[in-house]
Amino acid sequence: MAHPSQLGFQDAASPVMEELLHFHDHALMIVFMISTLVLYIIIAMVTTDLTNKYILDSQEIEVIWTVLPGLILILIALPSLRILYLMDEINDPHLTIKAMGHQWYWSYEYTDYEELGFDSYMIPTQDLSPGQFRLLETDHRMVVPSESPVRVLVSAEDVLHSWAVPALGVKMDAVPGRLNQTAFVASRSGVYYGQCSEICGANHSFMPIVVEAVPLEHFENWSSLMLEDA
Amino acid sequence: MAEEIETKLKNYRTAPFDARFPNQNQTRNCWSNYLDYHRCQKALEEKGVDTAPCDWYKRVYKSICPMSWVQKWDDQRDEGIFPGKI
Repeated sequence: MAHPSQLGFQDAASPVMEELLHFHDHALMIVFMISTLVLYIIIAMVTTDLTNKYILDSQEIEVIWTVLPGLILILIALPSLRILYLMDEINDPHLTIKAMGHQWYWSYEYTDYEELGFDSYMIPTQDLSPGQFRLLETDHRMVVPSESPVRVLVSAEDVLHSWAVPALGVKMDAVPGRLNQTAFVASRSGVYYGQCSEICGANHSFMPIVVEAVPLEHFENWSSLMLEDA
Repeated sequence: MAEEIETKLKNYRTAPFDARFPNQNQTRNCWSNYLDYHRCQKALEEKGVDTAPCDWYKRVYKSICPMSWVQKWDDQRDEGIFPGKI
């Protein structure tokens, strides 16, 4: 989850997010280097008493500052496109879950075998137990088996919402009447938090998402329990 | 043929990748399979043949379609106002 005064991304919990994180490091490093160079040049220009009145042109530097940025762009584009196509790979999910956005909660449906459906409301601040996270916890979590490809079909029952879990590198708009597909693999067991990412009314900030990745047998136990309770 | 379908259904985990719907928008996938199931049911029942092959479509639409959509369409079929052609 996010922590106070955080600067970077949350730790990646899926292979795609890991790739995105490393790509961001790469692109940001290039950006820092260019910015440092520009800042240096600005300061150098501003803090000199010397004036040059006689340079009109220079073929060499023109070539350099055309080719080098071109190369840098290619250096950014290649990993970027690699990840883009990686995210677009055909995956073979083990499980399909539907995430339906409502005003103002999410509901999850697991209907591959039985018809399991439940709502997921935010726990109000006054009802939190010590150690729980304000505005992030929900009464029911979306439990998934770890290390299994999961397909999530996102839609909405009323207005636009968006289902996002940063640690998994997932964000997908929830559009009424449309079924948007996304997929992820939770690399490790854990609890991953997200928040609704499309303005949807008064309680838009109070309909979080919690994904709990557990080993497969625990997932099977959980789904049996949930079916009994339903 | 029947054994193949039975095996496919027995080994069913979730709706597999469908090359007809390779992209993000799976609305049509849900709609198609819902229609295909009911058309298959209707066609095979009219012939008086076992409707087991239709179960594939049922498993797929149950996996993919939101329960509220299925409920709404079932109600519409019962009332005779379902917009699809079955």
